[in-house]
Amino acid sequence: MTDAASFPKADAVADELPRFTPLQRLIHWLMAAGIIAMLFIGVGMVSTIAATHLTLVSIHKPLGVALLALVIIRIAVRFRYGAPPLPVDLPSPMKLAAKASHYAFYGLMVAMPLIGWAMLSAADYPITLWGGFNLPPIVAPSRELHALLWDAHRTLAFVFFTLVLLHVAAALFHALVRRDGVFQQMAGGARP
Amino acid sequence: MADPTRSRSLLASLTAIGFVVGGGAAAFAYTAGWLSPDRLTPAKVVDAFAPPGGPALGHRRNHAKGVCFTGSFESNGAGAELSKAQVFEAGRYPVVGRFNFGTPSPVAPDAKARVRGFSVRISTPDGQEWRSAQISAPVFPVSTPQAFYELLQASGSKAPEAMKNFAATHPEIAGFGGWTKTAPWTASYAEERYNGLNSFIFTDAGGKDRAVRWSWVPEAPPVSVPADDIAKRGPDFLQEEITQRIAAGPARWTLVVTVADPGDPTADPSKAWPADRRTVEVGKLIADKVEPEADGPCRDVNFDPTVLPLGIRTSDDPFPAARSAAYAVSFDRRTAEAKDYPAK
Repeated sequence: MTDAASFPKADAVADELPRFTPLQRLIHWLMAAGIIAMLFIGVGMVSTIAATHLTLVSIHKPLGVALLALVIIRIAVRFRYGAPPLPVDLPSPMKLAAKASHYAFYGLMVAMPLIGWAMLSAADYPITLWGGFNLPPIVAPSRELHALLWDAHRTLAFVFFTLVLLHVAAALFHALVRRDGVFQQMAGGARP
Repeated sequence: MADPTRSRSLLASLTAIGFVVGGGAAAFAYTAGWLSPDRLTPAKVVDAFAPPGGPALGHRRNHAKGVCFTGSFESNGAGAELSKAQVFEAGRYPVVGRFNFGTPSPVAPDAKARVRGFSVRISTPDGQEWRSAQISAPVFPVSTPQAFYELLQASGSKAPEAMKNFAATHPEIAGFGGWTKTAPWTASYAEERYNGLNSFIFTDAGGKDRAVRWSWVPEAPPVSVPADDIAKRGPDFLQEEITQRIAAGPARWTLVVTVADPGDPTADPSKAWPADRRTVEVGKLIADKVEPEADGPCRDVNFDPTVLPLGIRTSDDPFPAARSAAYAVSFDRRTAEAKDYPAK
């Protein structure tokens, strides 16, 4: 996916810092807000019997579908524009961790909404996105499949949140400790 | 690293990162309820239904004993004045339902069936569904989900005064308690009136909202049977009776919608509305086939009362949200335990 050679260098001319394109940065930050909201809404909605439960569920479904649409666009944009290179002096275990965690992120971003959608399909619930609009089921009703998908949705949510925390820690490590410009590739701003 | 300024700033940076990550994790844990042992979670409510020996795996955690039925809802069109939902347009819509009674045990004797239940799923051609679960009691025992949880704890408690203490602090239970003591028993699911109890909002085509409750009123006249006779019947007499009755010919209920007046207690299902409120008969449910639950069409239906078509929504009654959250836990658990409840 990464193709540094084709990456536009317009910013780099100004401060020698190749960045993600503005479109990529926009999608990244939109999805960051959406995913963090989804994870909090998810654990919150299953932890209460108050009316909030229904409100949170009614946000969780359309937001999940919106994130699925965004990740599809994001993957296409990533194939088109690639990603700026990591610093040459980044130790190879960190490079490996960076690459592996990004594959994991893409996998989760695609899988979580599909698993949620399939889980509701397997449970034979109408998948209502908003008043009167339902998504079609993507699997046939099945108690065994529902159990499997429910487990997966829940487990992967915790994996996802852990990955988000690691990602934030790594981003801040780049920003505050290594000061190598990796943070600014996505956040913008001048290299420290 | 020998430079003390640099190592101080490194320490400050790492501390800042720790705060951000730790704060994020703490906020997540708080949202999940892990830091709030007093939060009433749906899992706690469902756990509170379990008998001392633990729940019956693979089964609904309450109203665990029941049979499936199928049939149709024949809408007469009168409800269209109250709600724009397609289910109220004159027509015939397929139904999957379930006769059941309040017990955590799928093998409880039917003589224990004081609170009988009637769950209904009506599907309309627009792809929407109306799911509901009604009971034979005319009022709910308590006013709030929190009080209901306390009631479950009190009734499961070994302390001799537990129920007495509960009743003292929740006087609203007298209405339900009086009904259980004095209401006549019948020997058939077909002779029961099933009440929605919770209030919902119907929205008509012009956008006007009305708070309503509803009941399914049986066509079969109730025949009162002495409680002593009920106690002598076979353990599955209700299931056997309804199976035989419907095999011989369908059973019917009229759906009666009651419209609240301003100021009626819509948020409290333990309080009946005055008897003179306007009612509208909107159609008939015809149950024409009964099947055992184990491999029947209702087994894997979660009769979540918040699955509603456009034109019906929840009101300020706190119970449908609580029921939805708890029913989902019951559903998630029983589908994961399918091997403990083999289809026959």
